Amino acid sequence: MALNRKIAYINLTTGEIETKPIPIKMRRMFLGSRGLDAYLMYNHIKPGVDPLGPDNVAIISAGVLVGTLASASSRTHVGGKSPLTGYFGSANMGGFFGPEMRWAGFDHLVIKGKANKPVYLWIHNGEIEIRDASSIWGKTVHDTPEIIREELGDRDIKVLTIGPAGENLVRYANVMTGIKNSGGRSGMGALLGSKNLKAVAIRGTMDIKIEHPVEALEYNKRIIDLITSSKVNQTQGRLGTPFIWGATNSQGLVRVNNFQLNQLEDADDVEPESLDRFSIGMTGCFGCQVHCRPKYIIPEGPYKGIYDEGPEYTSMGALSGEPGCKKAVTILVGNHLLNIYGLDTLETGSMIAWAMELYEKGILTDKDTDGLELRFGNDEALLEMMHRIARREGLGDILAEGPLRAAERIGKGSIKYLIHVKGMSNLHSDERPTPSLALNIATASRGSDHLRSRPAIDLYHLPEPVLRKIYSQPVPYDGPLTSDYRDYEGKPWQVFWQEMCYMAVDCLGICKYHTTFLGPTLPNFEEWSKLLYLNTGLELSPLDIWNVADRANNMERLFNIREGLTRKDDWLVDRYFDEPTKLGIPAVRGRTIDRDRFKQMIDEYYEHHGWDENGVPRPETLQKLGIDKEPSHML
Amino acid sequence: MAKVLVIDYERCTGCRICELVCSVKHEGVSNPARSRIKIVKWETEGRYVPMSCQQCESAPCQAVCPVTAISRDETLNRVMIDYDVCIGCRMCVAVCPFGSMAFDTLAKKVIKCDLCDGDPLCVKFCDVDAVQYVDASEQSTVKQVSAAEKWSGTMQKVAAAIATV
Repeated sequence: MALNRKIAYINLTTGEIETKPIPIKMRRMFLGSRGLDAYLMYNHIKPGVDPLGPDNVAIISAGVLVGTLASASSRTHVGGKSPLTGYFGSANMGGFFGPEMRWAGFDHLVIKGKANKPVYLWIHNGEIEIRDASSIWGKTVHDTPEIIREELGDRDIKVLTIGPAGENLVRYANVMTGIKNSGGRSGMGALLGSKNLKAVAIRGTMDIKIEHPVEALEYNKRIIDLITSSKVNQTQGRLGTPFIWGATNSQGLVRVNNFQLNQLEDADDVEPESLDRFSIGMTGCFGCQVHCRPKYIIPEGPYKGIYDEGPEYTSMGALSGEPGCKKAVTILVGNHLLNIYGLDTLETGSMIAWAMELYEKGILTDKDTDGLELRFGNDEALLEMMHRIARREGLGDILAEGPLRAAERIGKGSIKYLIHVKGMSNLHSDERPTPSLALNIATASRGSDHLRSRPAIDLYHLPEPVLRKIYSQPVPYDGPLTSDYRDYEGKPWQVFWQEMCYMAVDCLGICKYHTTFLGPTLPNFEEWSKLLYLNTGLELSPLDIWNVADRANNMERLFNIREGLTRKDDWLVDRYFDEPTKLGIPAVRGRTIDRDRFKQMIDEYYEHHGWDENGVPRPETLQKLGIDKEPSHML
Repeated sequence: MAKVLVIDYERCTGCRICELVCSVKHEGVSNPARSRIKIVKWETEGRYVPMSCQQCESAPCQAVCPVTAISRDETLNRVMIDYDVCIGCRMCVAVCPFGSMAFDTLAKKVIKCDLCDGDPLCVKFCDVDAVQYVDASEQSTVKQVSAAEKWSGTMQKVAAAIATV
């Protein structure tokens, strides 16, 4: 059955490997993947450890519905203390690694210690072997899997790997699978690199029994019809996620020239419809009908003829808007470089855009950049800095340290121009006109991030009854809800609700594009409860799943608080409050976030969570969720 | 005329839902190793090709079977295995030119596509129509129209170019 997948504890220092079953009690409490990872992290990572030291723990996991008849049940999660922020580190990606991991018999790999030389793990039908990685150390994300497949003689092996950036401990290096499935943000690639763990190769041919196969097939088909009928998914399936970049840029909701402007003008070449000319078809993750990833071949220049996938919404913002670059080919090449080096697209783009602002303001000079003219709109400089960051050369070595450490090293007031939360650069969207989205990035557990609690449908001006239908289940809510994205009223509930929603699917292993993230009609707690029962036999009501999410979110919060997080970390940089937006449609021009009202939003958000005014979970909240005696060391 | 499974690999997004639903339908489990259809991938080129039994008219598997366990079902235009007769020698696996006769190591039996008795699930679940179930006589018609369109379109462009000279 889908619930019998195991946890493996792998100690790279001693070479010891131990496997354990996951008790049903723990499934009912945390389901799996990100939820159970939060528990494991709180229980296995001692407070205050060096994120790049051997005492940190890396956890790789697949959700409890991964590989089953739940559409887009493809997700893999990687957790550990973040080398970037020092708080909760977490990365989630699609592709085919997660399902393969479950066919090989495992749901969680808890990796401890540090190998004395580069190694990779070879996992095959319940067996785990630590192997020498000298043939792949130094290789790119695209080359590594091919070399492993050749070495082990099986072309169907799935590989999770780090690129040269992870080996070089760039604090925002990704873990990657396939061509571009990226476990980004928070530097999980650096964490693997610090353990001398280059890759995990996996192959499985073990059954995942589907508890009610006939009904599960029928129900899956119904969900697929729902997914494919959604307009937003039809557009994504045609133009890929750059369409979201186009839609938000046209309104003036993106960061441009670091944070100086909020709309990229005269940018026809990087509109999603223009980029479409390079697409040679779409590709999808396991069991997904959205297939949001374009395939392309670089049309010109030194990288001409190379195949890659993307670019995504985030790469558009990070490589186009933030550094002010307007050539499509630059985005295609930049996306390729980030993929092969294994670098986080948002962090890299933000770091370079910040450095560009510093250069234009004279804080960085030609001496610092080794003669590179690091100006906004200089496409060559953008691409060159990617190489330097991944290889830690010159200024790249400083930027590789992430926002706060880099600002400390550069000094000269450079910190004033940083756009970050909790030491993680903000994504490329500009949240000044949208308080709900601003609250999302200020409070997200892994630092500034849109994939942990963003009520993105707030941008749709949905009628209030539609919002109420979504946001008042499975927990009743009769407070305010408004269709205007500039409002502050009721938004904390939306952020809180989305946080539950995204945690739930991260525990199940389903992609967010199959939720209300972008499509208000898409599956919800009700559907997940049914999917869980039909596929695994586990009976959890929609409210039970909500409680799992609540529990897991509180575990992440507890982890962060134990690492020293306070209320002041749930906050935005001053520019959000002090510099009004200059461009865009009338509704978004001249907007800032109001400090007092934002403070009030945070109060409300904490209250919804059952946290006190300092953002600490109240004892009764933890007691209600059954996590008041953590760490309990059950696993 | 009975229908045939037609694969248009250029449409395939590589999501593998066909493998998933096939193994669930036939074995009640998620396990691509037990699926009758398989997507062969060249990951670094983005090339994905669904491979399944072609239900050959003159089937090598049928010819090679030493115990005549493989026969042709004319009503559904498919090649079938009689498991009561099959001895599991895997000669059929060896001769299939498409690698579409597989050996299920868990059930210890050879497996192949049976067109889900006339309602192939891989077709039903493929939202991009990379796998289609069409009348055998139509298979070439579709290709013919698309090739003719491409050809005549080119001819028109040539004619237009000449006219403007």
